[in-house]
Amino acid sequence: MNWFKYSSPASFYPLAGKLRPWFLGAATILLPLSLYQGFFVAPTDAQQGESYRILFIHVATSMLSMFLYLIMAAWCAFGLVFNTRLSAMMAQAIAPTGAWFTLISLISGSLWGKPTWGTYWVWDARITSELILLFLYLGFIALTQAIDDVRRADRAGALLALVGVINVPIIYFSVRWWNTLHQGASITVTGAPKMAQAMLLALLFMTLACWAYAFATAMQRVRCIILEREGDSGWVADLKRQGAL
Amino acid sequence: MKPRHRRMIWIAAGLGALGVATALVLNAFQSNLVFFYTPTQIANGEIPKSKSFRIGGMVEDKSLQRIPNSVGVTFVVTDSAKSVPVRFDGILPDLFKEGRGVVALGHLGADGNFVATDVLAKHDENYMPPEAAEAMRLAGKPIGAPAQFQQAPSAK
Repeated sequence: MNWFKYSSPASFYPLAGKLRPWFLGAATILLPLSLYQGFFVAPTDAQQGESYRILFIHVATSMLSMFLYLIMAAWCAFGLVFNTRLSAMMAQAIAPTGAWFTLISLISGSLWGKPTWGTYWVWDARITSELILLFLYLGFIALTQAIDDVRRADRAGALLALVGVINVPIIYFSVRWWNTLHQGASITVTGAPKMAQAMLLALLFMTLACWAYAFATAMQRVRCIILEREGDSGWVADLKRQGAL
Repeated sequence: MKPRHRRMIWIAAGLGALGVATALVLNAFQSNLVFFYTPTQIANGEIPKSKSFRIGGMVEDKSLQRIPNSVGVTFVVTDSAKSVPVRFDGILPDLFKEGRGVVALGHLGADGNFVATDVLAKHDENYMPPEAAEAMRLAGKPIGAPAQFQQAPSAK
């Protein structure tokens, strides 16, 4: 199978259309499953009581906010190096979902902070760097929208995204490098998870649900972007003629 | 060398330079990125002069005392090496407990006591049902205090 075939918008458009319902279906199944596991199966926490349950949504969205930025930046780098049109479209399709996840992460963290730490907000390294991530997403969206020439917009956005990628390791390691109010990571690549199994399962379901949702929205958005940009090309005209649009 | 290889090298070099620059900047601002100071740092005099700052550590066991006829409390913040007595007039967060993490904003009095104006609880990253926590406590490994305060910090 020739994967490069799908780097052309014309052949990726139908593929994205085929993948989207599967991801949407997976998200629809996984979300209630994780909520059920998180609210009814996972036990009460010894220290925080019930308020710890915010972590299922907070950790899942925080993780995705960083991963989606890395994926977006990777598409941008790919686009700059290989001059592929689809790369920039994928980056722009991912950005809004990443921004939403970042916002949910900040809001859920703030709501979790009040009953546990005793404050909605502090300017510690973890929280501040996550806020900068939100600004990077918004800046990327604003910059690419502000420039009329598509190819220039893509390049400017790609540069911004690549410069901003330095923030992701800072967010991740901030709790280790500096004294922060925010606690360390419960789940690491090397160590055993510092969380009871039933809680971990709820978090796993929620994370997978978020991944599936992110893919579904990215596929939907990239289809819109492809149609907008390739509106004058023959294959879009063919689709119109067939009544598929 | 094809143009795309050249672009790849430029991007890799750019990111590398950016990484080095960021590392240098973060290293230079190290002390400004610290949210709180540990009792050891305070004992070594590594604190901002004549300015309010935050102290972080573990509330020492059996150190919490209520001041009679007021809302004030006193407790000792420790990082297992050094300790600082703290006085606070106000409402403590729900998670505030002896043996747990704490971050307090205030200033150091002339008598070496820290006068706090705001107290926040710092919890650790362990999540488990109460039965498991009880088992840990009986095994002599109580949970709740962030790991960085449980062993004496190495001298820098």
